[in-house]
Amino acid sequence: MNRIVVDDDKCRGCALCVEFCPKNVLRLADRFNRDGLRPVEMGWPERCIGCATCATVCPHVAIVLVERAARQKVGETE
Amino acid sequence: MADAQVVFTPPESLHDTLMHYCSGCTHGTLHRVVAEIIDELGLRESTVGICPVGCAVYAYNYFAVDMIEAAHGRAPAVATGVKRSRPDCTVFTYQGDGDLASIGMGEIVHAAARNEAITVVFVNNGVFGMTQGQMAPTTLVGQRASTAPFGRRPDHEGFPVRVVEMLNALEGPTYLARASMASPKWIRDAKRKLRKAFLAQTEHHGFGLVEVLSSCPTWWGKTPKEALEWMESTTMAYYPVEEFRPLPSSEPEGE
Amino acid sequence: MSEPQYGEPYLAKGNEAICEGAIWSGCRFFFGYPITPQNQIPEYMSRRLPEVGGVFLQGESELASINMVYGASASGARVMTTSSSPGISLMTEGISYLLASELPAVIVNVTRGGPGLGNIAAAQSDYNQATRMGHGDMPMIVLAPDSVQELYDHTGWAFELADAARAPVLVLADAILGQMMEPMRPRVDSPAPAPEKPWATNGCRGRAPNVINSLYSDPENMESVNMRVRARYEEVSKQCLRWAEHQAEDAEDLLLVAFGTSARVCESAVAHLRAGGTKAGLLRPITLRPFPSARLAALAESCRRIVVVEMNLGQMVDDVRLAVEGRCPVEFVGRTGGNIPSVEEIVEAVAPQASSAE
Repeated sequence: MNRIVVDDDKCRGCALCVEFCPKNVLRLADRFNRDGLRPVEMGWPERCIGCATCATVCPHVAIVLVERAARQKVGETE
Repeated sequence: MADAQVVFTPPESLHDTLMHYCSGCTHGTLHRVVAEIIDELGLRESTVGICPVGCAVYAYNYFAVDMIEAAHGRAPAVATGVKRSRPDCTVFTYQGDGDLASIGMGEIVHAAARNEAITVVFVNNGVFGMTQGQMAPTTLVGQRASTAPFGRRPDHEGFPVRVVEMLNALEGPTYLARASMASPKWIRDAKRKLRKAFLAQTEHHGFGLVEVLSSCPTWWGKTPKEALEWMESTTMAYYPVEEFRPLPSSEPEGE
Repeated sequence: MSEPQYGEPYLAKGNEAICEGAIWSGCRFFFGYPITPQNQIPEYMSRRLPEVGGVFLQGESELASINMVYGASASGARVMTTSSSPGISLMTEGISYLLASELPAVIVNVTRGGPGLGNIAAAQSDYNQATRMGHGDMPMIVLAPDSVQELYDHTGWAFELADAARAPVLVLADAILGQMMEPMRPRVDSPAPAPEKPWATNGCRGRAPNVINSLYSDPENMESVNMRVRARYEEVSKQCLRWAEHQAEDAEDLLLVAFGTSARVCESAVAHLRAGGTKAGLLRPITLRPFPSARLAALAESCRRIVVVEMNLGQMVDDVRLAVEGRCPVEFVGRTGGNIPSVEEIVEAVAPQASSAE
């Protein structure tokens, strides 16, 4: 499945990824990182298409992994 | 489950460390883009980076290559010293607008005129950030700064400098362009241009500079997103984002 | 350390002797800027360095040049620059950066009349600039040649000291020394090899990335760097402290203290005074930093009076007073603005008390 991994302590809560995500997958968490900032998290992971726009715009390299499920070929089952 | 494909991991040429930049400041974005290029061109082990005095002074903690911190405005001269003594090294400077276009204007003009085989990443965010938001040579007319409290006035503080256009009047430089960090599209465009600025050095043994419009949410007094919107609407109106001097031959676009 | 081997002498211009001394020591990079009276150096280097596989580049200013030196030194090269008084002022920030970043380099000041634009005559009015240069604590070795031969020897020596101290070393010459011609013997042996520089920034192949930097936000770190730099300076100073004496041993009546060109005038003055029955002598500091304080203090015990002779309004005289600490009076005779004190002026100035007849 498509997913991102966030390094909470690098995130500065700037929310640029939230703004630019084409599928509105992301939101700022309601917890705090060690610097008292609300890190981003996948609010609606099922919407993620693995396009890595979030990682492209992240000024703090807090998004440390983006994975995209290989497109399933017709007829191939899970 | 079909195996997942990794489409993004941070570049090797960037230390895995928290950077000190303010929330939403695109210095960090640009660091990553430059580091990605160094990785993609396989240059990490032969690269020497020169960082300025300004917000990016700590870049020697971020780029995972040999780094030198230069005196304010003198990075192009330091880079010249490295390149002339170790031509086998790939040398880049990373400078802000106070560093390059204010105190360092002499150095950048002469490095460009010499077509010095270095790559210059020039960050234009319109203010002196590290020192709390003073007016820079690139501060726009009407834009407020801590030393231009009424906003820049042409009849008092004169006009902002378009550095790339100025350098384009020189015979010397190999590659000159302006880019922007305003959105994913512009970030990708910036990466293409910065890559060429490195190729100007590694393939054409010449001077490559990209002026990258960057945001300063803190001293622009805007949220990170508003800052990028303002950059696109206002900054980019004064500083056209285009290639002013393309690489000599039609450079193969392929990765 | 084997005795240096010298070849046949040839008539050399001081400025060019500086170049040959640098090249002999393995310097292959020079960045500089035109300013009289040192112009023969960049001119000579622009022809000579390519012959030995080196690189010469004229910077856009002295300020750019010292920062080019900074870059080349950071990459591990033996590198130098030269300038004159106002140019050295422009280089001062860069030299402070070299020291704080623990980077070796050689800087030569062919001093001219000053302050301000001054003139192109010889002077020693940059003594304080040389020995108390820049911002921050700056213990820096300063050499003071007084001949074309010493210009040659000191430049090569400066590179060894710079690498040993991992710091910039300043050679303080003047317009006369730089532009006069004297017989000079070049070294025909080879220099001790430069030390390894694992700290250099020249591509991190096979090692972790290096950082050359002088920003230490935490005062504790800045202090420890200062202590480390000073310790190296003290260590190298022990071995390189050097001065010359001319009939100083029995100079009961009068000891002249002078460096460089004015020391040569003083040698004649001593001869003149001795002929007149005055037991005079000369001490010539060869290293201005480290300063021969202990020797001066010792000589002050056994002499009635010290007179410091300089081509300025009195700068080294302060260091002599600090060394002598009141053991005997320390007076000053000098000319400034590019003028040179004459033998007669010195003899006349010291005459009233000099006659030990009473």
